[in-house]
Order: sequence, then C-alpha cells, then structure tokens
Amino acid sequence: MGRQLTISCFRYNPNIPGDKPRMQDYKLEEHEGMTLFVALNEIREKQDPTLMFDFVCRAAICGSCAMLINGRPRLACKTMTSMLPSRFTVMPLPVFKLIGDLAVDTGTWFRDLQIRAEAWVHTNKKFDFNALEVRMENKTCEEIYDPEQCIECGCCVAACITANIRPDFIGATGINRVYRFLIDPRDERSNAEYYEVIGNEDGTFGCVGLMACDDLCPKDIPLQQNLAYVRRKMAAAGLKLDFKGVKTS
Amino acid sequence: MSAKNTFISDVLVIGAGLAAERSAIECAAVGHSVIILSLVPPRRSHSTAAQGGMQASLGNIAMGKGDSPEIHFADTVKGSDWGCDQEVAKLFCETVPSMIRQLDHWGVPWNRVTAGKKKYASGIETEDTKDKEGLITARDFGGVAKWRCCYTSDGTGHTVQFVVDTQVCKMGIPVHDRMEAIALIHDGETCFGCVARCLRTGELNVYLARATIIGTGGAGRIYAASTNAVINEGTGGAISLATGVVPLGNMEAIQFHPTGMPPVYILMTEGARGDGGYLLDKNMHRFMPDYEPKKKELASRDVVSRRMVQHIRAGYGVTSKYSDQQHLWLDIRHLGRQWVWKNLREIATIATNFNGIDPAKDLVPVIPTQHYTMGGIRTNKDGAAYGLKGLFAMGEAACWDLHGFNRLGGNSLAETVTAGYICGKQVAKYALGVTRNFDMKLVDGFVKQQEEKIKNLISGKNGRENVYEIRDAMGTAMMDHVHIFRTGKSLEQGVAKLQELYRRSLKIGLRSSGQGANPELAQAIRMPGMVRTALCVAYGALMRTESRGSHFREDHPKRDDAKWLKRTLAYWKEGADLPTLDYEDVACPILPPGDRGYGEASAGPKKGK
Repeated sequence: MGRQLTISCFRYNPNIPGDKPRMQDYKLEEHEGMTLFVALNEIREKQDPTLMFDFVCRAAICGSCAMLINGRPRLACKTMTSMLPSRFTVMPLPVFKLIGDLAVDTGTWFRDLQIRAEAWVHTNKKFDFNALEVRMENKTCEEIYDPEQCIECGCCVAACITANIRPDFIGATGINRVYRFLIDPRDERSNAEYYEVIGNEDGTFGCVGLMACDDLCPKDIPLQQNLAYVRRKMAAAGLKLDFKGVKTS
Repeated sequence: MSAKNTFISDVLVIGAGLAAERSAIECAAVGHSVIILSLVPPRRSHSTAAQGGMQASLGNIAMGKGDSPEIHFADTVKGSDWGCDQEVAKLFCETVPSMIRQLDHWGVPWNRVTAGKKKYASGIETEDTKDKEGLITARDFGGVAKWRCCYTSDGTGHTVQFVVDTQVCKMGIPVHDRMEAIALIHDGETCFGCVARCLRTGELNVYLARATIIGTGGAGRIYAASTNAVINEGTGGAISLATGVVPLGNMEAIQFHPTGMPPVYILMTEGARGDGGYLLDKNMHRFMPDYEPKKKELASRDVVSRRMVQHIRAGYGVTSKYSDQQHLWLDIRHLGRQWVWKNLREIATIATNFNGIDPAKDLVPVIPTQHYTMGGIRTNKDGAAYGLKGLFAMGEAACWDLHGFNRLGGNSLAETVTAGYICGKQVAKYALGVTRNFDMKLVDGFVKQQEEKIKNLISGKNGRENVYEIRDAMGTAMMDHVHIFRTGKSLEQGVAKLQELYRRSLKIGLRSSGQGANPELAQAIRMPGMVRTALCVAYGALMRTESRGSHFREDHPKRDDAKWLKRTLAYWKEGADLPTLDYEDVACPILPPGDRGYGEASAGPKKGK
C-alpha cells in the first residue's frame, strides 16, 4: 500500500457562468514511480472528469504542463509524487491567461513574444537550392543548441518578479531567445538592430537580477549567463547609440 | 446554437507539426491566405519529440563518403520490405539534401564535421579531412548502407520545429491553437474545410477553404503503450475516414521501436545504437550479433524489435523493478560520459528524470514499443487524398507511401519537411485553380450534425458508456492482439473485441456537464473515430496473410510477393462496424523485390549461443 495523497487543486472555469475560484481536495493512493501526469489523469478519469490541465509529450520536452506545485513552477510530467509531502497544492502558472483550472494560455503569450522579438534569422542572403551549406564550426552549432533547448514552458516567466508586475516584459525566455540569434553567425542583425527590439525595460533592462528563472528552468539552461551576455551587449550598443546624437567635442 | 465564427481562407492546414507548417509556408509563399489549426501551440507538436535526426545523403562525413540519393533510395525500399511507392521514395531521396540545407539557411544548428582521426565505440577508425570540415555531419542509423542521419545532438525534431515555426511567425501565418477539427465538410466529391471545436471555450467554429491539408501526425495512442505524445490519437485520419469516401492506406503497418523505456515508454533514440550502443540480455550478453551478424543492433527497427521479443521468449528477458513485463538493457556506458551527455543529452535526461538512471554509468531498461503509423490517409504523390478533391494529407497522418511496411529511422522527420515542401507546392497550385464556392446549407448541415452529437453525449441520449473505460479496453485489445507477433486466431479475437467496443463507443454518455472546454467531451467526440482507426489496423492485419516489414504473421511467416505486393485501402461505410477493404497494386519500377540483407529471411533463425 502506497501513501494516501491529498492533492489540493485550484479550480475555476471562466466559461461556466457563476463559477468561483476555489481549492478542491482530491485523495488518491500513491503507487511506485507515480508522476503528476499519472496522478492528475487518474483524478480526471476516475474522480472528476471536469478537471482541466495540459499534457502533450509527458517526457519533459514539449513544455505544456508547467504549473505551481507547492508554490514552485515545475513541469508536472517529470515531478514524482514521491518527492512531495503527502499533502500538496497544485495551481496554474501566474502571468499567463487562465483557460481553466490548471490550464493556461502559454501559446498566445509565446506567439506574441516571437513576433515582438522578431525571433528568426534575419539575412539578406537568398537560399540557393543547388549550393552547399555555409560552413560553420561544430562548436558554434553546439553553442546555439544550448539556448535553443528552451521548451517555452513558462516556468521562468511565472517565477519572475518583473514579469509578474510588468505585462509586456519578455522574460528570461525572451532574452534567451534573442541570445540564441545574437550568437548565430547566420543572423546578420547588428547589435544596434537588436537594441531596437530589446534595449528597453520590457526587454533586457527590465530584469532586476533576482535569477529565480535560473534556479527553476527545467532544462537547466544557464539563463544567468545568457541574460548577462545580452545585457552587456545591449548596454554597449545603447551607449554607442546615445553618443551618436550627442556632440561630445 | 450555431457556429460561433466562420473563417474563410485559401488554404486550411489542420495540424501544426512539421509537415503541416512546412506545407503552410509553401502555400503562403505564393500569396495564398493560410490558416493553421492545432490542438496545441506549434512548438508543442509531437514533431519536437523526434530525437535522432534526418536522413539525407550529403556524404560529408567519412563514413558517408560516396553516398547518393540512389543509395538512400535502395535503403528506403529495402527498409519498407518493398511496400513503399518507389516514385515517391525517389523524389524524396533526391529532394531531402536541399531541404536539410534550407533548414540550415533558416537557422537549424546542425552538428558539423570536425577534421581529424576518429575512433568510434564500435571500433571503426576513420579520418575526416579538412576539406569537409564545417559541413553538416551525420550519424549511423538502422538499416542504412551509409552514415547519413543529420542531427542536432538528440534534439533534432525540437530544433527543426522551432526553426520552421520561426518562418511561420515571420510570414505572419495565423495559427489558431487549441482548436480541434472534428468533422470535414464535404459533398462526397469535394472537401470545403472543417467544423472545429475550440478547446478554450467549447464553441464550434467553421473553417472554409479552397484546399484543406491534414498534417495531424500518427495514431499511436490507440495502443495502451506508445512512445507517442498523448495528443497522437489519429484524429486527422479518423475525420477523413468518417467521410466514407477517403480511405486509410496500410493501417496494419505499425512500427514498434526497439527502445521504449518502461514504465513510461518514452523513446530512447536509435541514435544511441547508431553511436555504438549495445542491447544486453539478463546475462549481460550482447545478443543481437547472434541473430543479425551483419547489421547487429542496426538492422531495421521491425527486425530488431522482433529479435528482442524472440530473445525474451527464449528466456533471456530481464525481470526488474522498472516493468511488470520482462525487458532488455540498452548499454551506452562505453560511449563515455562526455559523448552521452553531449550527443545523447535528451535521452540521458529522460532516463534520469523518470528512472533515476545515469546512462553514462547505468544500464537503461528497454522494450519494443509502438512508435509510428506507416499507414494513414492515402494520397497520390502530390499529397492529394484519394476520394475527395481539395483534401490533402502529409507527414505521419498520410500514406504518401514513403515507408511501406517499415520506416527507416530518420526518414520520418525528413519526410515531414520534404513532403511539406513537395506537396505544399502542389496544394498551392491546386488552390490557384479553383474558385471559392461554398454551399452554406451544406455547411450548416455539418454544424448541426456535430451539435446534435455533442448534445446527445451530454444528455446521455444514446447511453451511459464511460469514455475512459472504452479507451483503456481498446488500448489493451491492441496490445494483446495486434502487436509485434500476430496470428490469425488472435487477430480475430482482437477484431471481435474492437467491434464490441465500437458499438459501445456509439453509446457514450458524459458523467460531467460537458460545459465549456470540457476535456471529457473532447475525448468522447474522438472515441468512435479512434476505435474505427484501431479496427482498420486490426482488420487489415487479419486479412493480410503474409509477413512484410513490421507486419509479422506467425501463421504466415514469409513475404508473399505473388499475392501481397499490394497496398490495403480501408474505407468506412455509413452504419458499418467493420472497414471495407480494397487493395491496389504496389509497383516496383526501379528496384524489383529481393533480399533486404537483414532480418529472418536473410540471417535465418538464431545462430550460435
């Protein structure tokens, strides 16, 4: 016999008129190797078919299932119940719009981010179907893959004080996304052009350096390091831009 | 109640994985208005879970020297056990190298060739020369003559999907995520779009277009254990089948991947064996060379999976805390910590997360697990579905028929973008040539039908069957009767069980109110279509009295080219409880049927120990 778990779960469905936000307790028996993916599905299928949450890959690679588990943003699919006390809470991520219960709309938030940050390779080269690929060092490719591993789960956004008070802040994920293009030699943007996009307080200068993002990234992306890199580059670019308009002599 | 919103575009794309998005790009590039619908945001699609890589005959790495589209083609046809469409395979193999380079141009950080002498874990020693340095590299994979699997670590699907999606963002193609197509709108001749249920609000919307593309991926979740994401329920195929005029091709051709990791059945990439990993039994014996002296762990997936089950049946399976059933071990310890945590980082992380295993020092439990649907919506080589004008399908959802009865590892990710490009162009051409002409009475009829269905599910008018019980029973029936080793008798039992479940699936009643974006209702709407899909697999398998690729009949263990060089076409007629099967010939204009060079027919039964 496993432990008796009590999962205290946030409930609210904005599509049901008159529904009120509340916490609801579910009890179930823990079994060997139980993850929150297993536990929440068991609740939905055996106890309460109205319970809303999101899972896709259940392998910690798609970023769908981030939620606050005992107050900390985590991926539910890879969270073992054995790591938790027998009573714990699950709540939806803050910052993102609530869809219902534990499901939040990360899709719209991240779409908006990609477009605002112009997060694609900017190049004037035209692709030639008959040409060989442009040579790159393997080391460079590995360096790009590091930040590219972000799965857009939103844990860093939920954990971020700036994102929680400033609705347009692009968050660690956004700055990391820009970092990924900044270090990619195929992207021809100058630092000044990046500055136009993120050299402001909704971008790299909005970060107040608490670094909860770095502690809570489920992919262990070195956010502190990547954010510092972008901030340094943008500070330099900003100084140059400002001097341009000022006659110093 | 009627449809909340009606959206009209030139092209409607259902699905936002790689095949879907890549085809959307082709259509938008010529100026068509395109709308993409998806269950989830594009970057959560199951394409992102692809690990190992994409096959393309670039021939940059020393072990790929001399590679060509012709050699890739021969590997693909042998892999398919002569079940594929050779014209499609040829077109694919010729196009895929430029697809890789285009992805590179868009930003995929493909791993590159480094110059110098190399010694691989398998004992192979080579030298990569300076003139190839910096070009895209490749790793070994199952069933291939040359190393041609291009990769970014073991997160290839992730990087490719993210980069293709950057182009979709750049082009401003709208994506309506959390939107599920639940019925195609058609008049029996032409497809006009779909009725979709919003997974945010529960409202029904209508999407109308000159051309509709389905790129919804596979149907792995008809099995209780699958490496697939939970959204891979075969919905695109199911709504096509429900038209009564569009057939699913070769649904009995289901791939079981040798290395799913119990108890969660998450995939451990073939790249692990490509990079030199072994399979071990309970005595720590490396058994694959006993069965497959030439290809060892790198025979095609169907062959390795069968050999593994054969070995477990012979009493060499491992009993451990990781699984209720016996399994085997994947051993990559000898690749070294640096290699494992750099080039196989994703699977190392998965093993750590879910079993507390560090593959740099521990063995990983593995068992063959449902992985891929070779069959799907049958299309011609332009991606046009049989049966309805204006309907197209691509990627795993389709039976374009690149894979026949067994897909080579690395050919599916490669297929997504290549089919998206080739067929996407054809869709764009088709959509230019037709006028928009929608019969709104017909459209309303389809909306009313769906509303009625939803109303009945909520009220329990047709019955009170529990949707989750039916889903679980279907998954178990597929595991018990339609798995790696199949027999006529067991398949008959499986078909009978599924027929019973199908009848029950028509009597589902919700336990909840079904209000808003209710998840029980979403599952209940899909359920009859899922059982129909499962029946196409099981019944197709029962009727195919031969063994070919992944379809292995213990009572008919030989490939039978005289009788079965055929593709199954499964239709669903209104009111039926079984598919109607038809067959078409599979032509072999380039490579006539022969020996695969691995597998039971070549290597024979187990030799040695």
